[in-house]
Amino acid sequence: MARGVLRWAVMGGHGHGHGHDHDHDDEYSELDPMDVRVRALETLLTEKGYVDPAALDELIDTYQTRIGPRNGARVVARAWVDPEFRDWLRSDATAAIASLDYTGRQGEHMVAVEQTDDTHNMVVCTLCSCYPWPVLGLPPTWYKSAPYRSRVVRDPRGVLAEFGVTPPDGVELRVWDSTAEIRYVVIPQRPEGTEGWSEEQLAELVTRDSMIGVGLPLDPMPLGSGGNPT
Amino acid sequence: MTAGAELRLPGQPLDDGELVFGEPWEAHAFAIAVRLHERGLFTWPQWATTLAEEITRAQAAGDPDTGSTYYHHWLAALERLVAETGAASTENQERTRQAWRRAAHRTPHGHPIELRADDFEQ
Repeated sequence: MARGVLRWAVMGGHGHGHGHDHDHDDEYSELDPMDVRVRALETLLTEKGYVDPAALDELIDTYQTRIGPRNGARVVARAWVDPEFRDWLRSDATAAIASLDYTGRQGEHMVAVEQTDDTHNMVVCTLCSCYPWPVLGLPPTWYKSAPYRSRVVRDPRGVLAEFGVTPPDGVELRVWDSTAEIRYVVIPQRPEGTEGWSEEQLAELVTRDSMIGVGLPLDPMPLGSGGNPT
Repeated sequence: MTAGAELRLPGQPLDDGELVFGEPWEAHAFAIAVRLHERGLFTWPQWATTLAEEITRAQAAGDPDTGSTYYHHWLAALERLVAETGAASTENQERTRQAWRRAAHRTPHGHPIELRADDFEQ
């Protein structure tokens, strides 16, 4: 991207000692080194017919606006209301998720792991940052960071606590390491007090973090007063 | 870290409050890799292995690896695979980068930067 503040450098007078050349350069554009590298690849690959810039733009738009954790939330909500779908998700998550039209581009195998009263599951990719894109969109920055990738394996309870989740002592923590072939998605427990809720209402409670296993679904009664039903 | 706070803004093109891509080049690097995989230039395991190698290499070279440089590693993996599969050689990549730099240098501020044939000439 062009650096829009270059003119200010002229005003500021850096005193590089090559006056006219400097002034001349500053009226022209400069590209960020990363930008140059990507443009070069795109140019070459377009010339050779490997990519089409319009198709790239469309793909980017899809990922920015249409694919995100909402897909996963709908999968979870369906599992909460439909026992048959839940069983299917347990036995063949790839097919169950594909039935809702959330198919992966990488053809990866999906595995759903369920939170229970005795087990709390967490997902990581220790090597790079494999992530279930079709249901969760693109990974958040912290998921891609070395501290998360390494610490969640050594100290899952400590990492969970930083996310504000503290399972009781008896609960077993399981950490699932994603690979290029297998992506895990966590099915959180349905919150109490949601009897009779519609699938759409339930999906609103499912957060991205709850499907990675570092969060819980939203509280159906945020005021937490215990009474005051609406 | 976005630990804890979950902002709910329906319809926003964000990933629970976080931008999916920090800069346009990241989005393009992402999309190119996905397309090349679809075209069969490499398998996804091949991609993941290359990306993991680039991350390890960057870490060894002192990259803090906090997640913010993720697409730097992504791009390095992409450039390597593009060269290794013969889609575009390293030399050709550098030559085209040079051309883009020249194109930028002759383009006045505020105008779109477009590549011309003479940008490839020395």
